[in-house]
Amino acid sequence: MADCCSTPKAAPVDCCCGGESVLIFACSGGSNVGQLTNEAAKKLDQGGVGKFYCLAGIGGDIAGMMVNAEGADRIIALDGCDVACARKTLERANLPISCYVVVTDEGVEKGHHFAISDEEVAGLCARVQELLA
Amino acid sequence: MKIQILGTGCPKCKKLAENTAAALQEAGVSAEIEKVSEVAEIAKFKVLFTPALAIDGEVKVAGKVPDVKKLVEIIKAAAG
Repeated sequence: MADCCSTPKAAPVDCCCGGESVLIFACSGGSNVGQLTNEAAKKLDQGGVGKFYCLAGIGGDIAGMMVNAEGADRIIALDGCDVACARKTLERANLPISCYVVVTDEGVEKGHHFAISDEEVAGLCARVQELLA
Repeated sequence: MKIQILGTGCPKCKKLAENTAAALQEAGVSAEIEKVSEVAEIAKFKVLFTPALAIDGEVKVAGKVPDVKKLVEIIKAAAG
């Protein structure tokens, strides 16, 4: 029988017996800071920090997605600005946030453009890693 | 009612199966229990984390092992 605890990261399903299950939600909003959260969430997922999951599915109260989110040990939420759409969506769904970052609080000015730099993405990922440590 | 326990056989998967059996007994509900251990089959349920539990094809629990009391609630709700 397969040992679920050795399931590779690339597998579509993670067994929770080997460690924490972590989900990452980004506001992914229509601004530079919103898109920064989206890019950082992708990088964090690719780096094995957690699984980037669909905030819209939580807002839409999609049953299967709610069950998955409720199964996470930790939830990382990334908001672009203090309107806090990700945080409020998760709170409304009674999903507790373990790690929370607002991009504008990190010194990035919000604008209705999508010019984001690799440095900004790396900085946001580093901030999340710092909070998780 | 058909209950499927999704997991590749780790201690938490086994615990979920045990708790489910106990919950069925406590709830007085009869059900067919199937263990689904192939990763490809588990993935069809679109669960992110195992162990998971599906009732009549609908995922009710993923990534955790509810206690018997909670499983009784879930089973009774599904039984209608």
